[in-house]
Amino acid sequence: MKCGIVVFPGSNCDHDCYHILKHILQLDTHWIWHKDEALNSFDFIVLPGGFSYGDYLRPGAIARFSPIMKSVIAYANQGGRVLGICNGFQILVESGLLPGVLMDNAGQRFICKDLTLRVENNDTPFTALCEPGTVLKIPINHGQGRYFTDDDTLKRLQDNGQIVFRYCDTEGNTSDEANPNGSLDHIAGVVNATKNVMGMMPHPERCADPLWPNVDGQMIFKSLIESSLAHS
Amino acid sequence: MTTLIPITPEIVAEHGLSPDEYARIQELLKRDPNLVELGIFSAMWSEHCSYKSSRPHLKTLPTEGPRVIQGPGENAGVVDIGDGLAAVFKIESHNHPSFIEPYQGAATGVGGIMRDIFTMGARPIASLNSLRFGAPEHEKTCYLLNGVVKGIADYGNCMGVPTVGGDIYFDACYNGNILVNAFCLGLAKADRIFLGSASGVGNALLYVGSKTGRDGIHGASMASAEFDDATEEKRPTVQVGDPFTEKLLLEACLEIMKKDWVVGVQDMGAAGLSSSSFEMAERAGMGMELDLDAVPRREEGMNAYELMLSESQERMLFVVAKGHEPEALDIFRKWDLDVAVIGRVTDDGIFRAKESGVEVVNLPIETVVTGALKCDRPTQKPAYLAEVGTLDLASREVPADCGGALKQLLASPTIASKQFVYEQYDHMVRLNTLVLPGSDAAVLRVPETNKALALSVDCNPRYGYLDPYRGAQIAVAEACRNVVCAGAEPIGVTNCLNFGNPENPEIMWQFQEAVRGLGDLCRFLDIPVVSGNVSLYNETKGEAIYPTPTIAVVGLMEDRSLHCTQGFKQAGQVIGLLGSTLEELGGSEYQKLFWNECRGQPPQLDSQVEFDVHRLCLDLIRQRLILSAHDCSEGGLAVALVESCITGPKALGAAIELNGDPRADALLFGESQSRIVISFAEEALHGIESRAKKAGVPFAVLGLTGGQEFQVKINRKEFINENILTLEDIWKNSLSRYGNRVA
Repeated sequence: MKCGIVVFPGSNCDHDCYHILKHILQLDTHWIWHKDEALNSFDFIVLPGGFSYGDYLRPGAIARFSPIMKSVIAYANQGGRVLGICNGFQILVESGLLPGVLMDNAGQRFICKDLTLRVENNDTPFTALCEPGTVLKIPINHGQGRYFTDDDTLKRLQDNGQIVFRYCDTEGNTSDEANPNGSLDHIAGVVNATKNVMGMMPHPERCADPLWPNVDGQMIFKSLIESSLAHS
Repeated sequence: MTTLIPITPEIVAEHGLSPDEYARIQELLKRDPNLVELGIFSAMWSEHCSYKSSRPHLKTLPTEGPRVIQGPGENAGVVDIGDGLAAVFKIESHNHPSFIEPYQGAATGVGGIMRDIFTMGARPIASLNSLRFGAPEHEKTCYLLNGVVKGIADYGNCMGVPTVGGDIYFDACYNGNILVNAFCLGLAKADRIFLGSASGVGNALLYVGSKTGRDGIHGASMASAEFDDATEEKRPTVQVGDPFTEKLLLEACLEIMKKDWVVGVQDMGAAGLSSSSFEMAERAGMGMELDLDAVPRREEGMNAYELMLSESQERMLFVVAKGHEPEALDIFRKWDLDVAVIGRVTDDGIFRAKESGVEVVNLPIETVVTGALKCDRPTQKPAYLAEVGTLDLASREVPADCGGALKQLLASPTIASKQFVYEQYDHMVRLNTLVLPGSDAAVLRVPETNKALALSVDCNPRYGYLDPYRGAQIAVAEACRNVVCAGAEPIGVTNCLNFGNPENPEIMWQFQEAVRGLGDLCRFLDIPVVSGNVSLYNETKGEAIYPTPTIAVVGLMEDRSLHCTQGFKQAGQVIGLLGSTLEELGGSEYQKLFWNECRGQPPQLDSQVEFDVHRLCLDLIRQRLILSAHDCSEGGLAVALVESCITGPKALGAAIELNGDPRADALLFGESQSRIVISFAEEALHGIESRAKKAGVPFAVLGLTGGQEFQVKINRKEFINENILTLEDIWKNSLSRYGNRVA
């Protein structure tokens, strides 16, 4: 299985994703440089977290114009699997591959901490191994993670099962207290209509190395591997 | 032309140079300097760059040891950690700029210390910050706290270097001068350390990073003077940070440093292009020729004076072997950085710079770097010490409600959890953080080995005020103790010495005593001081800060699985104390909070006892006899016990029985040194007792974990009985309530 990690200038979770995919999950993992235009054949690609272009202007707003993004968009439109984590999610939203926007956290502060999410839909390549309603403990690390869309889009996301994760408490209940950033409808991650592109604000690569007790993040990567095997 | 302006006594004074210093310049040059040259002398002979007041004292510190690869004098210290790897670390101040402009001041402080680390060829893997703010009720404190924390967060987070710990104190002595001390740790291959040396005639000088702007001109001089009413006007001397460019610079530097044709490199920090070029040439005993027209710049019309003295951030000076310029340029351009060949190494020891083909600087390098007048500053024991040195406890009552007193202590911003702060920092990126912020020390794994490093930074300024010698010793002892509580052996110290105006003999005495204390304890514990920084003139209108010798310690554990944390793990376990509690309340947080004073003597420190406690604690952790270890510090034993109760997997109560002669408030809240709260399974009791006895360390069983109440009896009488969840809420949320309040 072959996967790629796109490196934008300012990406900083690229090494962490590489470590998990290459050393923990033993995949054939490749770097993809943002100045490249062509994209080789991959089973899936990851847009990692970080501060592409310093998050200047708006997170993801400059990265979407990177030479590689044309190929990423074409790859996604042909059904290729794309996982955007944190800044990767912001880039997917800015490039139009996912609906909505990610705004400043409601508290106006950057937040780095462990929290819990509920799996809302397991009928996606990114969550296939999870039971619906599973509560995963995965950390967030962002200043602009407050998901927002207009009402029509929200309704469409709800109706089509495009909301993949919601922030919740440890029992799986959603509430304003359990929502760290004021996201609309407690949304932590969404997929596109064809369910091959997912963006999520939490960082699954930060809880996937068995050196730490929590490996909930592996569920997402293993789902992706499993469904890619079935797909190919 | 800046070279044609005649130098008047007013211009000399504006440059912070004394008439004596100017006379020395004339004598050394055998002519008058021009304005550009005067600017260079001003920056290079400033306290900040020349260490003219502090150097004679710093020479007394122990800097050698079997692990030391590089001691003080370079961009950072380097210590061998085995497996062909080295830990590279340093702490540095950014106090003056952070008070004037907290966000940019703190951000560029973080950027500067990270550059010091990757300049040595190391990848930064963790940051700490030691922050000191004024009294919580002071009108600027909340604004400064939020600005500094956001500055650190935005810079460190963007860099992808986790900020894993630090310490924060609040005291009125910092009302007019806050302290921002930034620490960074990197990892490098032990045989691939880069130094700031410009050898090899004809080798190329490469400028790389951000373009030069007009920001930060004379920052080094600004940091070498007291503040007054016009301080706000100094805002333009504060630099503006660009962490995105620094992230590119980091990756580009680490890539180019794999090449064997990189000769030397230095960050353009304080005094910018002047200090980096002069210092690199001086270390190699060489000269330099610069073409200032080649320096990348942000705006037209910048002159030689500005180019030589700008402190624009995110810039480095590389020396690259002749002939390899094209390869070097390619690598930096791949990372979209500005880069230019701006000069060559020469062999005559002279620094020459040309502007539009005209020579504007011609200075002997050694004269500039080492020629500053040696300051043998007079010292005098401060008069205040006689007045504050005594404390009559008999006239101060033990509070009727010790539970209420405990709650007030837990709510004090100095003691309360710093979660509000560290949650704004990315403390996980790069997947090395084994122990997250909130325990005594942060623990980081060393990738591709079984090892881990533990880090802690510490300094209690009130102890330093009452006795600078002991204050510095306690700072070292406590930082080491924190690292020991995590299960690591201290292997290196870096220090940031923050003091008032050294021209005042009483301040100089404080400095001398603190350095003596630092040196004596480091020698006793056999831990080398491998890097450091001095920040003087932390003084506003004659009001100096308390002596603040901030100490950061790096510890090594061979087996990372043996790391230990401070929280109690489950109910029904035994709580014990290593060390003894004396009747000591001088300089304590309790004294400040309840009696609004800082007087008496700071806690005693017996070096041998401290050492024995470290040995015993490490032994108990390595034998897996104990399940938690937590240093007793501000707020004393009661606060340490509560912290252990609420920082485990879930909040646990405890039933504690204390016995002894000291008065109740000293037993509960006194800050006696060399004490560690431990917890263990009952079966381990015998083993711990016998090892403590053998080590000669006092050991007592205090009680048991469990229940919902935190109960303390002293000599069988109940003094505290509080719900642990109430205490948890106070401790965890007080600082966020403070930081989030609307002014």
